[in-house]
Amino acid sequence: MTDSAQNPSAFEPVDVVIASDPALAREVQDRIEEMLSKTDASERDIFCIKLALEEGLVNAIKHGNQMDPAKSVTIQYHVQKLSFEIRITDQGPGFDPDDLPDPTAIENLERPCGRGVMLMRHYMSDVEYYPPGNSMRMRRDFKPKQA
Amino acid sequence: MSGAPKKRLEVEELGDIAVVSFIDKKILDEQNIQLIGEQLFALVDNDKKKKIVLDFSNVDYLSSAALGKIIALNNKVKKEGGKLVLCQIKDDIKEVFTITRLDKLIKIVDDQQTALQAAS
Repeated sequence: MTDSAQNPSAFEPVDVVIASDPALAREVQDRIEEMLSKTDASERDIFCIKLALEEGLVNAIKHGNQMDPAKSVTIQYHVQKLSFEIRITDQGPGFDPDDLPDPTAIENLERPCGRGVMLMRHYMSDVEYYPPGNSMRMRRDFKPKQA
Repeated sequence: MSGAPKKRLEVEELGDIAVVSFIDKKILDEQNIQLIGEQLFALVDNDKKKKIVLDFSNVDYLSSAALGKIIALNNKVKKEGGKLVLCQIKDDIKEVFTITRLDKLIKIVDDQQTALQAAS
């Protein structure tokens, strides 16, 4: 019997490859949300993860793969009782996350884009990019729920 | 798919102020955000509204792409010499505006009454 069958709060790691289609990304997000509801994640944790997931997947599909249906996004995630971790890899050329203009600088406030990476860094415990910048990993830890 | 694009906003006119409520709880989906943007911009471009109150009471989630549309609307309204005021924003969503410092760019108040006063 698998660990997840014995303990509904722990799931096996999932590895999925999707085409550059936001509707397919939505299905993955819904599956993750369903799993999170069976862990110790609080409403706040789920809010933060949903927001960061949206930004990460939209970045991969829209900015990384430029919505090219021939390109895919690899999503590896692990939902556990006390944490959520995901790695998202697109087939784009990548980018340097440290080279993005600061969206909170006065001169950039009126720019309509460039806030996704900042939001992911705020809402997740840990965000890391892998060279050439087309792959990222993020994680959020939860506090144990009181019995 | 055919027919007119689905309405994503409720617009109420109070004098010369357009009070706009979002129909969606989650403003995340790229296609929805595109439609919301078009419908918001049409208020300024087609309906010539210069004073707009955006009521967020229904909104639980919002992505950076949605923020982009609100910033673009603010730029448009400002260019026309008008006012954009946001209100009834839940705490989690308000945090998104605070950490991105958009609360310094766009007027945000608690309730609709205050928003109407600020917009008039």
